[in-house]
Amino acid sequence: MSQDTPKISVAGLKKSFGSKTILDGIDFDVAKGESLVIIGGSGSGKSVTIKCVLGLIRPDEGTILIDGKNAVGLRGGERDALMQKFGMLFQGGALFDSLPVWENVAFGLIQGHGVSRADAYKQAIDNLGMVGLHEDVADLLPAELSGGMMKRVALARAIATKPEIIFFDEPTTGLDPIMGDVINDLIVHVREEMGVSTISITHDMASVRKIADRVAMIYGGKLVWTGPVDDIDNSGNPYVDQFIHGRADGPIQMDVRRP
Amino acid sequence: MNPLAPIGRTALAFLASTGRLVQFAALAVMHCILPPWYPRLVLRQILEIGYFSLPVVGLTAVFTGMVLALQSYTGFSRFEAESAIAGIVVLSVTRELGPVLAGLMVAGRVGAAIAAELGTMRVTEQIDALTTLSTNPYKYLVAPRVIAATLTLPILVAIADVIGVLGGYVVSIGKLGFNPTVYLHSTFDILEPMDVISGLVKAAVFGFLIALMGCYHGYNSQRGAQGVGTATTYAVVSGSILILTFNYFVTEIFFSV
Repeated sequence: MSQDTPKISVAGLKKSFGSKTILDGIDFDVAKGESLVIIGGSGSGKSVTIKCVLGLIRPDEGTILIDGKNAVGLRGGERDALMQKFGMLFQGGALFDSLPVWENVAFGLIQGHGVSRADAYKQAIDNLGMVGLHEDVADLLPAELSGGMMKRVALARAIATKPEIIFFDEPTTGLDPIMGDVINDLIVHVREEMGVSTISITHDMASVRKIADRVAMIYGGKLVWTGPVDDIDNSGNPYVDQFIHGRADGPIQMDVRRP
Repeated sequence: MNPLAPIGRTALAFLASTGRLVQFAALAVMHCILPPWYPRLVLRQILEIGYFSLPVVGLTAVFTGMVLALQSYTGFSRFEAESAIAGIVVLSVTRELGPVLAGLMVAGRVGAAIAAELGTMRVTEQIDALTTLSTNPYKYLVAPRVIAATLTLPILVAIADVIGVLGGYVVSIGKLGFNPTVYLHSTFDILEPMDVISGLVKAAVFGFLIALMGCYHGYNSQRGAQGVGTATTYAVVSGSILILTFNYFVTEIFFSV
């Protein structure tokens, strides 16, 4: 594989649910070690995009290449092999609430990689350490954790299997600004430490400025702007301008009835 | 507006959902048969579905047996056939009421619990999370529940059979003044192995259906608290109806044997 093969390459991605078109031709590449952040309003198709890449949703049309190899419609062993490359931080954490924290973190190791429970426990503690959590929390249940701790445990779980690509779904949503910044720092730290490629979706601009190399703005099922994060303030794109300044007036019309 | 259109739409929707259900069932069975299995999870579900259902099923069985003895006495004493009561009680309980009532009670208790748990997991993206952690949700969530329910229901029903017959015995001896020895003798005299076996086969079928409906509706739950609530209701209602439907067909199969 050549050095310039993108880690992820998405082209012409389309997806409709019933008569509602969510994605209408999405194209982007993510290089090895790069962080792409997709921004856009609620319901604009950010989540659907990363779920297509992850293989949780099957796109209607389009190609998704991971390391230059097709990733759409894989089954069985091929799917499993591809999944080993992925880690995902879900918006609500999606921790398994019947399992203690350490087993959540070690889940992918025990189930997917066949690591023994004793070894998996040690690795889980290491991973918890990496997100700044002490061994004390290992035996707690997810219901006993605060929102910020849940996110950190979920992050520890996402990195535990040493993935090559990590997806972050709204990593700071629902957290106070300080805890949000802690999570952003952890994401940057994890990326530097592991050299992974990441795709994040968010509408938190503080988070975008901190974790993004490149930003893509999604609107109406298409990417309306893609560029380096440093260009975001003078993109010259009315959609991006409206979004980063959070204005109700502009080319993006929210589906709201006005009084 | 074509008056036939709504009928066609309803028929198509019905066929589509039947197709989805059969597809789900086929996948579930496939993952029950093919490794890897999760024995720890199966054991936990056996405990959850079987052991914790014992009080409910036991109470249902004992009162059913008791009321059967009373009611059949009311009927049979009118033409002096009281001696048939022992037989009526044991046959009704083992062939019919044991499996059906235990099945319905478990459908309410376990089918609802499975649908609520899987529905919540779906809504909070825990099912997606399983997939991203290289774990097949059918294998990890559906198969253990289906296996456990199919294995456990016959055991529950066997226990319900014993308790139900005991209930009838207690009423017949204590209230109706039967001779204990004669009553027991006529109970075991009339009972054939096939009576019990057909009941246990029914129980296994019901167990499969209960877990399947719980898993199917939970797995495909819509978003939000309402989605999970609807999934739970559907799981119990469709599970109960399928139990009653399959009860007839399994009975018919054993009837002609």
